[in-house]
Amino acid sequence: MQRAIKVTVNGKEYEREVEPRMLLVHFLREELGLTGTHIGCETTVCGACTVMLEGHTVKSCTVLAVQANGKNLETIESVASDGDLHPIQEGFWNEHGLQCGFCTPGMIMSVKQLLGDNPNPSRDEIRHAIEGNLCRCTGYQHIVKSVESAAKAMVQE
Amino acid sequence: MIAASFDYSAPETLADALRVLSDDPEAKILAGGQSLIPIMKLRLSIPSQVVDLGGIIDLHAIAEEEGIIRIGSMTTHEQVEHSELLSEKCPLLVAAASGIGDVQVRNRGTIGGSVAHADPAADYPAALQALDAKVKVVSSAGEKIIPIDEFIVDALTTALEPDEIITEIHVPTESTGIGTAYETIVQPASGYAIVGVAARIGLSEGNISFARVGITGVGSKAYRALAVEKALEGQPAKDDTYGIASRVAAEGVEALEDLHASSEYRAHLATVFTCRAIAAAAGRAQ
Amino acid sequence: MATTTTPTTKGFVGKRVRRTEDPRLITGTATYVDDVTRPGMLYAAVLRSPYASARISSISIEKAASLPGVSAVYTGEDVKAVGPVPCAGSMPTLRVPHHKILAQDRVYYVGHPVAAVVAIDRYVAQDAVDQIEVEYEPTECVADPEKALESDAVRVHPEYDDNVAFTFHAEGGDTDAAFAAADVVVSERVTVPRLAPSPMETRGVVAEYDEGTEELLVYSSTQIPHLLKTQLAVQLSLPENHVRVIAPEVGGGFGSKCNVWAEEALTCFAAMDLKQPIKWIENRRESINVVAHGRGHVDHLEMAASKDGTITALRFKILQDIGGHHQLLTPIIPTLAVIMIPGLYKIKNFTADLTGVFTNLPPTDLYRGAGRPEATYVLERVVDKLADKLEMDPAELRLKNFPAADEFPFETATGLSYDSGDYAKAFNIALENVGYDSFLKKQEKARSKGRLLGLGISTYGEVCAFGPSPALPAGGWESATVRVEATGKVTVMSGASPHGQGGETAYSQLAADALGVPMEDVVVIHGDTGKVHWGVGTFGSRGTAIGGTAVHLALEDIVAKGKKYAAHILNASLDSIQFNQGIFSSNEVEEKLTFQELALEAAVAQKLPPDTEPGLSATRFFEPPNFAFPFGAHICTVEVDGDTGQVEILRYIAVDDIGNVINPMLVDGQLHGGVAQGLGPAFLEEVVFSEDGQLLTGTFMDYAIPKAKDMPWIESERTVTPSPVNPLGAKGVGEAGTIGSLPAFVNAVVDALSHMGVEHIDIPMTPQKVWNLINERSQS
Repeated sequence: MQRAIKVTVNGKEYEREVEPRMLLVHFLREELGLTGTHIGCETTVCGACTVMLEGHTVKSCTVLAVQANGKNLETIESVASDGDLHPIQEGFWNEHGLQCGFCTPGMIMSVKQLLGDNPNPSRDEIRHAIEGNLCRCTGYQHIVKSVESAAKAMVQE
Repeated sequence: MIAASFDYSAPETLADALRVLSDDPEAKILAGGQSLIPIMKLRLSIPSQVVDLGGIIDLHAIAEEEGIIRIGSMTTHEQVEHSELLSEKCPLLVAAASGIGDVQVRNRGTIGGSVAHADPAADYPAALQALDAKVKVVSSAGEKIIPIDEFIVDALTTALEPDEIITEIHVPTESTGIGTAYETIVQPASGYAIVGVAARIGLSEGNISFARVGITGVGSKAYRALAVEKALEGQPAKDDTYGIASRVAAEGVEALEDLHASSEYRAHLATVFTCRAIAAAAGRAQ
Repeated sequence: MATTTTPTTKGFVGKRVRRTEDPRLITGTATYVDDVTRPGMLYAAVLRSPYASARISSISIEKAASLPGVSAVYTGEDVKAVGPVPCAGSMPTLRVPHHKILAQDRVYYVGHPVAAVVAIDRYVAQDAVDQIEVEYEPTECVADPEKALESDAVRVHPEYDDNVAFTFHAEGGDTDAAFAAADVVVSERVTVPRLAPSPMETRGVVAEYDEGTEELLVYSSTQIPHLLKTQLAVQLSLPENHVRVIAPEVGGGFGSKCNVWAEEALTCFAAMDLKQPIKWIENRRESINVVAHGRGHVDHLEMAASKDGTITALRFKILQDIGGHHQLLTPIIPTLAVIMIPGLYKIKNFTADLTGVFTNLPPTDLYRGAGRPEATYVLERVVDKLADKLEMDPAELRLKNFPAADEFPFETATGLSYDSGDYAKAFNIALENVGYDSFLKKQEKARSKGRLLGLGISTYGEVCAFGPSPALPAGGWESATVRVEATGKVTVMSGASPHGQGGETAYSQLAADALGVPMEDVVVIHGDTGKVHWGVGTFGSRGTAIGGTAVHLALEDIVAKGKKYAAHILNASLDSIQFNQGIFSSNEVEEKLTFQELALEAAVAQKLPPDTEPGLSATRFFEPPNFAFPFGAHICTVEVDGDTGQVEILRYIAVDDIGNVINPMLVDGQLHGGVAQGLGPAFLEEVVFSEDGQLLTGTFMDYAIPKAKDMPWIESERTVTPSPVNPLGAKGVGEAGTIGSLPAFVNAVVDALSHMGVEHIDIPMTPQKVWNLINERSQS
């Protein structure tokens, strides 16, 4: 019961045959080898698997790979370009917005969406925007600072 | 947490989707998948086939016509949250949508999917009850318009037949002078409402001339708190009125009991959040 | 505001240096265990018991085994020869029940592993698990530790005559006499529910057996690769030098990966049996279910004091829920609560009685803080009660009972020697930062208007930097090797196994300063028993104090050896050689030698002194003479919504003393995360089981860990009292926040409701619990 799908991931087109039940996150990780996207909770809570689907963040553990047929996806692997870190990545690095790093790719994707919609968010808005991303290491304070630092850098750019 | 095998179809027209449904009674409709995929992964739902409505463009529109706003069933919570039309003409629905889950869930989840799933703790039904919303369903036999209260039968149970598809949700354009509010307390893990109260209040010369109150999370389905509405109508718009009226928010309802809230606490919260929602709505009513 | 600097000259230690680990983590290029793939790799999945207590009457694997893509199905019978999962407890009364890697004839808890499948992918593996047919005969179970101690309780293990897993008694001074002489006695009973450690990365293993070399290569998401290597060799009857364990990038541990798990040996067994690489990745449901829960206590503390507020004695009783069987450190964890029960106070007399009890629940074991949060929590609750009873200010009461700064090392009644401290100093700063007196006035005023404000104090101490080897079951030392490459690049190999703490950065800072090289010239290798020869691991806040010290000692040896070479090469006396900012020099000669030049000389070995061997490398072990004892004061202010029971944290103040700091940014991160894991249990977290042992909080939809909006802004400050027990003067920071925060929050909420007569609230303080208390009080 394989289905042929065609997706564009990080600007590159892929054609694969997949089982309908294959989750998008497994497709990205195992079929395409893009292991930067992680699996944390499997119940649409933790957000470690967050990727962009048609420019909107989604939890890729709760999307079937077949649902992405014909669509455009972006993952953490696309955030830095030509070896240059994105200001959000710089923000997380400078402000120690990560410890074990497991939630970080999903967190960065959510922050990318936030700063795209709202270039100058308040601390409350930042916390609200990352409600769908759990971090067990940082207590979130340095993440909030990382986002503030990234926002500042992006506005100046 | 891996789903059992199933077949998949992605029809491009409603007619094709209806055909698949009538051919395969074990098929399940996939809208945003934010409820269905998790329960399939827990193997609590094992459909033979999943019919993905994502490719049916007609189901995505939001349009106003003769005082009715028709919201396509595949409209995401995010689209409702950021719809200029709804912000202006049906702010209550926007308030309910913006409290659902988190950003990623709102980007994917749909109003049709939420209504069809009929989770007793979902946010939308409180607002839809207060709005006297209607659900348009279509089958190969024709179409039906069903009031929300009749559509949602009980927890996880609706009037939707296996061969039917929800195509639109109808809400009224909000009348001028009506204030609305959605107040909620959420279960900290899932983000679902323990209690959510949607209120629409109209004032006339300092008295309450119109009241609609929808409550989710308390009973096995969202309901209109008719006793509260009755106790409000014609009364002066002040805190005492709201407090007294709210006391009957859970009257006649068998309040749910679970890990996160006892039935006593839930019933109590219903009164508290009803009072808050009414006060907030009345404050916006002028 | 602090700024991030990455200076290229000497002076990294003590600075806010951004992490060398981060580039791979923020770009998605790091390799966690689920990112490891091997040619021909298969996937394992585990079938677990749906009953808390049952006999297994039959298992039929035919259906599962015949599914296309299934390579093997294993039951308890198949893995009988694999050795038991180890338990390091050694108290004389300890009962260690049967703990095979798959259940044999009985299951003891929901989630007990019963069978395993190996298949072509994880989807087929899960399908096959569902096709294994097991006939169980469910038997009566006991899922409550207090009920398990009742005389008619059903026995979890019929081979024992009751459910007592062990008992442990400790005492100091003359407690009975002190209680008899006391002016006041107060007490409290607190329950500390089971917590799911919940690192964002679940457990996972990839095992591969090389038939040619007969080497077993194991990737596991573990905090203790070296200990795991030894244990796997024992369990699988392999020569230890044929086992290599790699802890790749580890996505958090918090103690839960400081263990030796059945699934590790199981995956290895299958890889050896099938001669194919095998991956097993735990799902979140399994993680919440069977990864040993933290806490699981019922604690009772009685406190005796004189009228002037001098605390004279403690009587402490702990009931520790063990679960169905032990994991690695299960019985040891609550003994840490016993030794820390006096906290920061000069209490001369104590008795403690600890009872471990078997229940039909998953095992408990270490989780961040491990025993010390429980002790601090009950102690700080009872100190507040004493203040109430004496009508004394709770801050003043605490200050009265601290040892003075000149009383260190301070010997406690429990036999510990607190290394260094100035407890009053840290506490006074916290009081000042919160504006103690003005808050009390504000609270009074708010109360008169019906608003419920509260302030909670916690002054905490902890024993950490584990620790002297005699105090640990498997060595308390740590090792490090520093190898200087011929080109002058520096490779540091540490036996510690950091998994998010930033050890690579901290050790690089030490190396860069000691050798005068840029940080980017340093590579830190850890978590691979094939590369790092000796190690214990990262747990118990030991990464810097013990692991860092081993690195420091090895660096000292490098410098000493380098000076010897330099003296010979420069033709100067050894005593005259100076080494500063990467340059060897002498006042006897003009010529100088850079560190890089010296490294090359050491490798080509043409000009070395005759009595030396070539090469510039050093291996050192650090065996600490004592534990280290961080301390601090956390103060929390709250407002309670009387209508709903919801609590809002208004301010959170932390003043911590963890000794010398290598990188303040990393320390802040550890403290924030620690506080989150103390506050979470205070109001959100609890693993809940039904009476028949069914898990009711099996996913993150029901088990609530803090989200961004749940956490307050932490106003953090530090005092610095160097530890004398290691040359870095570091104490340890991993667990401090978790230990200090819980009592501050609970005390604040109790304080907010104290005028209603509320004396205690058991955690988690859910809105419902808080509202129930308010409701009861307002009705009576």
